[in-house]
Amino acid sequence: MAQVAEKLQPWRTVLETRPQGGPRWLQDLRDRGASRFAALGFPTVRDEDWRFTSVAPIASTEFRTAPPGIVTVQELAAVPYATLDFRLVVINGRFSAELSQLIGLPTGVRAGSLGAALTEHADVVPRYFGQLADFNARSFVAMSTAMTTDGAYVYIPDGVVLEQPLEILYLTAGGNAAEMSQARTLIVAGDRSQSRIIETYAALRGGVYFTNGVTEVFAGEGSILDHYKVQQEGLESYHVASIFVNAQRSATFSSHSFSLGGKLVRNDVNATLDGEGAEVTLNGLYLADGDRLVDNHTEIDHARAHCPSHEVYKGILGGKARAVFNGKIIVRQDAQKTNAKQTNRALLLSDDASINTKPQLEIFADDVKCTHGAAIGQLDEDAIFYLRARGLTYFEARDMLIHAFAGEILDRVQVEPLKRALEAELYAQLAKDLAEMDAV
Amino acid sequence: MLDIKNLQVRAEDKQILNGIDLHVNAGEVHAIMGPNGSGKSTLARVIAGHPEYQVVDGQVQFEGRDLLEMDPDERARQGVFMAFQYPVEIAGVQNQYFLKAALNAKRKHLGQPELDAMEFLQLIKEKARLLDIDQAMLSRAVNEGFSGGEKKRNEIFQMALLEPKLALLDETDSGLDIDALKVVANGVNSLRSPARATIVVTHYQRLLDYIIPDFVHVLSAGRIVKSGGKELAFELEKKGYGWLETGAEPVGA
Repeated sequence: MAQVAEKLQPWRTVLETRPQGGPRWLQDLRDRGASRFAALGFPTVRDEDWRFTSVAPIASTEFRTAPPGIVTVQELAAVPYATLDFRLVVINGRFSAELSQLIGLPTGVRAGSLGAALTEHADVVPRYFGQLADFNARSFVAMSTAMTTDGAYVYIPDGVVLEQPLEILYLTAGGNAAEMSQARTLIVAGDRSQSRIIETYAALRGGVYFTNGVTEVFAGEGSILDHYKVQQEGLESYHVASIFVNAQRSATFSSHSFSLGGKLVRNDVNATLDGEGAEVTLNGLYLADGDRLVDNHTEIDHARAHCPSHEVYKGILGGKARAVFNGKIIVRQDAQKTNAKQTNRALLLSDDASINTKPQLEIFADDVKCTHGAAIGQLDEDAIFYLRARGLTYFEARDMLIHAFAGEILDRVQVEPLKRALEAELYAQLAKDLAEMDAV
Repeated sequence: MLDIKNLQVRAEDKQILNGIDLHVNAGEVHAIMGPNGSGKSTLARVIAGHPEYQVVDGQVQFEGRDLLEMDPDERARQGVFMAFQYPVEIAGVQNQYFLKAALNAKRKHLGQPELDAMEFLQLIKEKARLLDIDQAMLSRAVNEGFSGGEKKRNEIFQMALLEPKLALLDETDSGLDIDALKVVANGVNSLRSPARATIVVTHYQRLLDYIIPDFVHVLSAGRIVKSGGKELAFELEKKGYGWLETGAEPVGA
């Protein structure tokens, strides 16, 4: 359609002036991403995976690639989650050596600039980069691939245990122009390695900006990887990000997704259980108010036998917020003895908030156990009365129930300072929403 | 302590209580009996402030103050306690945490300092022993996955902790085996004092073997049709509630 082509023109220009250089394979990959994006364009609500989420606001804004941003140490200290000993800082899509703190990591661990690793870690990176992030049908992943410049790279050799968590901070900084950043992450966790990695997305600016994130995670045989994503972008910003996970034999991978900010947010988690005995847990908690939209799409692909997966996503919605949850579970023909459990719950604090939720089970094996459940609703009036009958005020009772609802996910956070920071942020935001509701 | 005059209550479009008069003094135990649908649970729940009911007419005074003007939580803080017929399961809220919040709400109301963690633990251990409560129950979510008996015990446990002036037991005995029944009765009896009053709502006389009432009232179709001493409960047990429908009087009346 002419209209679509016209809208795409500025984007084509951006992609035509995409970064060059680096090894040959990388240039080829970028080229393929660019031509795929040109062919696909942006998804529309006619695409099943985007039925309830229109990205027209992104497509129709002429974003330019954000120039390098400057963040001071003081500004960094004000980011609520930047409290851990090891941190890898990426500003406007570019690794910042000045603000990162990576000295003291165990021998053999590499953590730093993805841009540098693409060239320098030539015996490892080409084997992994772009292998999971399939862009054939995914416009935003194609865009990310075409624009590959820099980002975060973490490599943990076989058998290495990271005692301390490592935080990757994706910050957006700069003026008020409509700018976009490509947040690209590659995590390679060796066999029997153990680690906790946190990806945080936050901004030191307001206004309209766009973060396009792609993370690839390889969890080697018998590895244990606890992955956290904290999305706390500016309230006028757009955030579209996908995490691709490949869990090898007996790997234990957990994803914890906390989505607190952004005006239009789309989080995809795609995890493949690619070896027997691998285990994947997906936890999610999202909060939205105003006229914000949060869309969580998850896909767990049971490709091998004897793999359990557990998924619990919870949302709290106020104002006229909208949410989408789509939980897909695929059980391949060989994946006998699969045990998959999915739960999706949403708490609607106002009459105008809404959610579209859909479990999607595709089962091709016969000896499997798959359960799913969804519960959407308002606060339980009986529970409120019960608590009030014991002397708690309506507000105390309501807070207790909301905190209990969110607590189930927060309690699973294995990084204590992160848990405290998340609780503080979440409850402050909720308190504000509830105060506004009560004032009406 | 509690003075109910001509209480008329409706739920949705159905009139349930048709003019209840009841006077309860401190130190007394009253039993409210009656067949299913007579309105006895409604009476307890209206006193506790359940939002489902509308008071159409009448008055309820508690210690000389208008109880109906108070929110349910204010009633609780003033010393009114209802043991629920169907205690609510609250996922994610630890029983112990909930009990502490409830206790501190009451203490705050009374101008007493909040208990610290140690004092609180001490207190609940003591009460748990008294009521034969398994300590593990305290660290579970409120009523979640509790058996029927555990739920009822948990209600009495809360009552023992909050030491209300007026305790309402809404069919606390239904579904309990004899051991649990004795535990419940012990909990109620240990709170008996000249300063407190208890209203026991029950379908059966059985609980009244252990909690001896001073007065028994029979409710039918939203009215108290008969009041008497504890012997009335025995008559009801013998005769059943059938006489209410035929309009006949129970034996010995």
